[in-house]
Amino acid sequence: MSLDQLYQQIILDHSKARHGSGLADTEAPAGSSTGQSHQLNPVCGDEVTLRLAVEDGKVAQVSWDGQGCSISMASASVLTDLAEGMTVAELHEVIDSFREVLRSRGKVHADPELLGDAAAFEGVARYAARVKCAMISWVAAEDALNQAA
Amino acid sequence: MAVVSTPATLEQAPPVLDNAEVLRIRNDFPVLDQLVNGRPLVYLDSGATSQNPLSVIEAEQEFYEQRNAAVHRGAHHLAVEATEAFEDARQTVADFIGVDYAETIWTSNATEGLNLISYTLSTAALWSAQGRGDAALKELALHPGDEIVVTEMEHHANLIPWQELAFRTGATLRYIPIDDAGSLRMDEAAAIIGPRTKVLAFTHASNVLGTINPVRELVALARAAGALVVLDACQSAPHMPLDVKDLDVDFAVFSGHKMLAPTGIGVLYGKQELLDVLPPFLTGGSMITTVTMERAEYLPAPQRFEAGTQRISQAVALAAAVNYLTETGLDRIHRWEAELGERMVSGLESLPGIRVLGPAAGKERIGLAAFDVEGVHAHDVGQFLDSRGIAVRVGHHCAQPLHRRLGLTATTRASAYLYNTTDDVDRFLDAVSGVRAYFGA
Repeated sequence: MSLDQLYQQIILDHSKARHGSGLADTEAPAGSSTGQSHQLNPVCGDEVTLRLAVEDGKVAQVSWDGQGCSISMASASVLTDLAEGMTVAELHEVIDSFREVLRSRGKVHADPELLGDAAAFEGVARYAARVKCAMISWVAAEDALNQAA
Repeated sequence: MAVVSTPATLEQAPPVLDNAEVLRIRNDFPVLDQLVNGRPLVYLDSGATSQNPLSVIEAEQEFYEQRNAAVHRGAHHLAVEATEAFEDARQTVADFIGVDYAETIWTSNATEGLNLISYTLSTAALWSAQGRGDAALKELALHPGDEIVVTEMEHHANLIPWQELAFRTGATLRYIPIDDAGSLRMDEAAAIIGPRTKVLAFTHASNVLGTINPVRELVALARAAGALVVLDACQSAPHMPLDVKDLDVDFAVFSGHKMLAPTGIGVLYGKQELLDVLPPFLTGGSMITTVTMERAEYLPAPQRFEAGTQRISQAVALAAAVNYLTETGLDRIHRWEAELGERMVSGLESLPGIRVLGPAAGKERIGLAAFDVEGVHAHDVGQFLDSRGIAVRVGHHCAQPLHRRLGLTATTRASAYLYNTTDDVDRFLDAVSGVRAYFGA
């Protein structure tokens, strides 16, 4: 597998755009219920703190701070775009699907209808050492979602 | 093509390795002969773990094929053969670092060796509080108000055992800071090491910065303060001549797997008079004289510190690794690696957006270089290099406080050994030069 299949353009772009990055600059919508989760990968020092606001059963806002490799930062950015506007149940379904693909060592293909841009991380599943990079913000989102919903 | 033949003796060998000899050395390492992602492997991660020459692999295999038995027990032929091989290996390693046989203790690795020292020192306080052990042991016990001194450049193995020793005894942990060039602040060292210091533990060479620390100056400060000196030789024993007695440290540790041997074997050196009075670390079979249901008497070192069935084949293999290194010549290896380290650093410094940690080009360093690539995370750098068949380490290299001090969380590290050529370094530099463009940094 070539490096370009791992680092798809969408990942490289999101690793710079970092949608949702900047916890201090955003306030959760008034009246929303929020959850916040900090995740750390002790192996490489990748770190994400992610806050998720739920209003009327839908994800109203995702905001995060983090530092790490392009895969982990892009993954948090893509997750932000994807999650906002989803119902709690929908986001749970997407997280479960993403995890299944990432942990499959390349055996389970991503469903682009369900995962949208996150399907670009399918190639990461073949790099066992990088799966946690892609998962870290999703683990934080799941934890925050459980607190908020 | 010139015909190159191996020098008959070390005395006849040129004072430093060269590429032709390294290419011959390389043939002894089967794992290096492979393609990774379509390119010949360039292995630059020996600072993490080294590769094994055939002679080491064969020594372990020969032991299992012909001599395997438990040592120091049983009178049968194989037990005698195994015991001889095991103890001969100990002598080989003792000679290698210039110490006595009984001062050479097998451990699993350097980390276990450091924990052994840490735990026996806190047990010393327990023993002497209950009237066990002699007056010399009482001197070694740590108490509240005592200080343990480490350095800011330690890897976790030579930091956390001391944090925990401080916790168990009520002693205080202090550290000698580094300057921005990655050298110890010796002015600070002189101020910190004083009458309260009971233990000074430091690395001989930094696994991240590549700095070689001034052992003699530090030992002099410790001696003046009456402190024990613990030397972490993980990055020196494999790469340069090491005369532990000459350095006059009290303890020294290193790992086999970083010096051409298998994993699971390491060495702890301790001064005879200290080993004789210190309580054991692990207890059980093989380290006792008389045992009743209530208590036990312990053997002197080295057996005192080797409870249970030992890592016999690994010890035999480590001796084979030591022989490989001494036959090649540690001086020659050290000089060659210094050349490779210099080539790495001067090459990296010439690339835009690269920050090399530790001493600048032209300054003394061992054969490794850790660096930051502006705008690209170390994990991505490592992945990019791997796609070109180049193996490096990425992350904090088990030295989080050092990285924090340098304002970084993760770096990329290339570390060379006697089987690396200048071509390996050049391929590495060429690949690094393409990293920022690939990631748009």
